[in-house]
Amino acid sequence: MLTILLDGVAYGMLLFVLAAGLSVTLGLMNFINLAHGAFAMVGGYVTALMMNRAGAPFLATLPAAFLIPAILGVALERTLYRRLYGASPLDQVLFTIGLVLMAMPIADYLLGDEPQQVHLPAWLSGRIEAHGVGIGVYRLFIIAVCGVIAATLQTFLVKTRFGAQLRAAVDDARVAEGLGINVDRIFAIAFAVGSGLAGLGGALAADVVGGIDPSFPVKFLVTFLIVVTVGGSNGIIGALFGALLLGVLDVAGKYYVPSIGAFIIYGVMVITLIVRPQGLFARGDAR
Amino acid sequence: MSVPKAPATMGRLTAHLHRRARWRWPEIVFWLAVLAAILAAPSRAAIINEVLIAGLFALSLDLILGLTGIVSLGHAAFLGLGAYAAAILASKGFADPTLGLVFGAAVAALVGLATAPLLLRGADLTRLMVTLGVSLMLGELANRNGWLTGGTDGLNFSIGRVLGLFPIGFTGQRNAALYSFAVLFIMFAVARRLAQSPFGLALAAIRENRLRAGALGIATSRRIVAIYAVSAAYAGAAGALLAQTTQIVSLDLFDFHRSADVMLMLIIGGAGYLYGGLIGAAAFIVLRDVISSATPEYWEFWIGLALVVLVLAGRERIREAPRRLIALFAPRAARRGVA
Repeated sequence: MLTILLDGVAYGMLLFVLAAGLSVTLGLMNFINLAHGAFAMVGGYVTALMMNRAGAPFLATLPAAFLIPAILGVALERTLYRRLYGASPLDQVLFTIGLVLMAMPIADYLLGDEPQQVHLPAWLSGRIEAHGVGIGVYRLFIIAVCGVIAATLQTFLVKTRFGAQLRAAVDDARVAEGLGINVDRIFAIAFAVGSGLAGLGGALAADVVGGIDPSFPVKFLVTFLIVVTVGGSNGIIGALFGALLLGVLDVAGKYYVPSIGAFIIYGVMVITLIVRPQGLFARGDAR
Repeated sequence: MSVPKAPATMGRLTAHLHRRARWRWPEIVFWLAVLAAILAAPSRAAIINEVLIAGLFALSLDLILGLTGIVSLGHAAFLGLGAYAAAILASKGFADPTLGLVFGAAVAALVGLATAPLLLRGADLTRLMVTLGVSLMLGELANRNGWLTGGTDGLNFSIGRVLGLFPIGFTGQRNAALYSFAVLFIMFAVARRLAQSPFGLALAAIRENRLRAGALGIATSRRIVAIYAVSAAYAGAAGALLAQTTQIVSLDLFDFHRSADVMLMLIIGGAGYLYGGLIGAAAFIVLRDVISSATPEYWEFWIGLALVVLVLAGRERIREAPRRLIALFAPRAARRGVA
């Protein structure tokens, strides 16, 4: 029982890191980035390739899994995404679907369609038992890492000058610009961090989902969107709670009532959208 | 629209609307060309059939996206519903294609009617998510109820003759294409009439500005629910045709990529004037055929690239291009508005 709860929490934490970047672009910058999963895929590939081909230790690959998608993200943001900030949702959807459709064959072409496995080091792969509750070490590791990330992000957003500038830029880009805030730069950095987090999430998730393959961006796109939708898209805390709720529900659902499977999370999303279109944990103001 | 100042204004308006409703010669040529293509190239009947069905599916999306401005990322839900409804009916022994077509469309329309109220709230993003969620739920439902749908194996079934006369399916590829053509043409004519009726004008008003349309006295919510159900019926009919002419249905009908593809087709052809879906479907499938015979694995890349370029260059400008070309050569025709 507690094991399932902890597994659910670990899964939820993972979802949070994967989707946090999306909740920034979607909720804060009002940009529908369906290509978010592609950055996660890049992160996963970075870790898998560094480990399998260069023999790097797992932990050492994680910074790279953050940095490379972040650099890729900022490059794309500067060249392409920023042209579409004011565009209609339909244009943004089409554009980012186009990016996904391009990313998948590129991954396939370069690396083949076999899933790239991430082999966890021995110290992360066991299970520990405490008071009759068993949990995988790796799950605990995920909970710890993602918890630290969530706390850092929240502090960053609420306590630092940059966080205040970001929130100001989001609330009203024009006024923020008038106050001397470099909105362009803020958005670029936010986008880079979001993409980097997705990459990190992809790297951490590789083992849980059974390897990274070229269909990753589409397979998990829907899950990301559900997390952001349920959590409400204007804040880190909302996304965190949304992700945890979905993670626990999904794991518990698959364990107790396997016959309805993925139905639970879709159902939660649709019900959420009916009852509270702006998300469960959002502030009251619907856009 | 406004209070008639003089009868002349009203008369001009009616005359204009009547003129808009007339079938113009390029349209007639278009349909004759399609028919000729089926008759002239029987060896290509299978792919033409695929184009016709995809065209009907794209037309159904145009009804909500192009005419009414409601975005959907889950239109495959209705394609799958129509296909499965027709397939299940046929596998239970009711093999008449027309019956299956009507049944498929009706089932899709009912589900469309039931889910349409979900679209009335929230922003575009909410609608994208709700439609996506509904299609995923239906796909999961079909997956879980194998006793009815065959689960991951899909359903194989045999189908009767159209109107009891013409065999369709593998032995009658050309008949299948003609059957799809007839259905597409009839449903297109109805959609065309619908778009030019007062109902269609109300939809255009909703697309342009829903708040203002409401202030003009248009019952916007009811109109949206109605057109969504109609659109679902169209998509259901496309699904039924697909099931009947291939005699197989499988779970991938509900897939996300179906919804994305149909949106691409519509965008390639241009939304809002009904022919866009048909042209886009033809362009998309021919393009896919050509590219995938050259690079079978990576054709998606080129579709993606085309999309990115399309959006960055501005969809509006590309759609305006033929009009501007016409304006260059025939200024008067352009001013009247060539569809």
